[in-house]
Amino acid sequence: MTAELSDAHDHDHQVVPSDLILRVKALESLLVEKGLVDPAALDALIDAYEHKIGPRNGARVVARAWADPDYKQRLLTNADAAIAELGYAGQQGEHMVVIENTPKVHNLVVCTLCSCYPWPVLGLPPIWYKSAPYRSRAVIDPRGVLREFGLDLPEEVEVRVWDSTAELRYLVLPERPAGTEQLSEEELAALVSRDAMVGVAKVVPPQKAVSS
Amino acid sequence: MNGVHDMGGMHGMGPIQYEKDEPVFHALWEGRVFALRRAMSAWGKWSIDARRHEVELLPASEYLTMSYYERHFAALIELLIKSGLITREEMELGKPAPGSPKAVPALTAEKAVELVTKGLPTSRDVPAIPGFQPGQRVRARIMHPLGHTRLPRYARGKFGTIHRDHGVFVFPDTNAHFLGEKPQHVYSVCFAARELWGAQAAPNDSVYVDLWDDYLEPA
Repeated sequence: MTAELSDAHDHDHQVVPSDLILRVKALESLLVEKGLVDPAALDALIDAYEHKIGPRNGARVVARAWADPDYKQRLLTNADAAIAELGYAGQQGEHMVVIENTPKVHNLVVCTLCSCYPWPVLGLPPIWYKSAPYRSRAVIDPRGVLREFGLDLPEEVEVRVWDSTAELRYLVLPERPAGTEQLSEEELAALVSRDAMVGVAKVVPPQKAVSS
Repeated sequence: MNGVHDMGGMHGMGPIQYEKDEPVFHALWEGRVFALRRAMSAWGKWSIDARRHEVELLPASEYLTMSYYERHFAALIELLIKSGLITREEMELGKPAPGSPKAVPALTAEKAVELVTKGLPTSRDVPAIPGFQPGQRVRARIMHPLGHTRLPRYARGKFGTIHRDHGVFVFPDTNAHFLGEKPQHVYSVCFAARELWGAQAAPNDSVYVDLWDDYLEPA
């Protein structure tokens, strides 16, 4: 991370009025009392996104694509089916598209209108992805945004921004870093970050692969 | 609607604030709002388009100062009241109106997991003639509807090329207002960055926007 991107802890969401917390509790108990909501269903939903669905899923998809050229072909031509092969599917990932980064093309994903994001493979989006600074600038100044994330792309690299305005959800297939030929699929998956699958970072080779 | 939610290309929104090792939810209430939103949508009283539009209807000054989950909490209350699942009085008093019937929850824990892993496709298996073909030059229509639309302002009136036909999907502009699904083709349309932003953009960069048939006209 560069110095330009602040690791801030003063997000507006942390100045939450205690009144809001009380209102959320009040709404939940009203809905439970009216028989409109089962608290166990709420617990199950929270548990799914806190513990089961997250960027490790997407990392496994990327690692498989790096390790298996046939899988990669299927992933790029029919992402829904290829992702389902690894057992991932579901809400906000019903219609997936995978876009490949190459030495000549860099892809970046945004949703300028709300916060659309491929949940089954990346989990729920981070705050910066949902925030006005990223949503407003990713389309008009993608190179500036990438520089803030520490990625300074040469002029000759073509930048493609994907604005998720419909129900298609985008996953970036990052470039496989050099020096990873000997790594297992599991070791490869461990290298793949959420940010690289949104397109705001590259996958960095592991130190041991560089030195060996 | 030309709301503040349609922020692609705007200036002045400040620096991107990155949080290392960010938790999925920053507080318990955020998780409850997230889950309530999903669980209450299982009643089928509103579509994802209607829910998005409800967030867009928040006053601009509030939209910009509220966090994501604050916005969704405010929108959920409005949807619950508009759909008749609760009344404003019940929300204010925090308890059911005397004598109101008790429902059986639409979503059990088991069904919740199923909803998460199976999803709710918005593609439709109905015949619809595509208005455009991959490779064709198109122009995004100039339009400023007062209601919901997924045609961002920065693309309106701009020329692009059909990159890919994604197939037939529900049309948000009607569906958000309970006026029917009006299924039609959605295309990935490629706009040159310089067509959108002028000479300040890099010559080879582009922005791909997913657009419905009704948003496009032949160029």
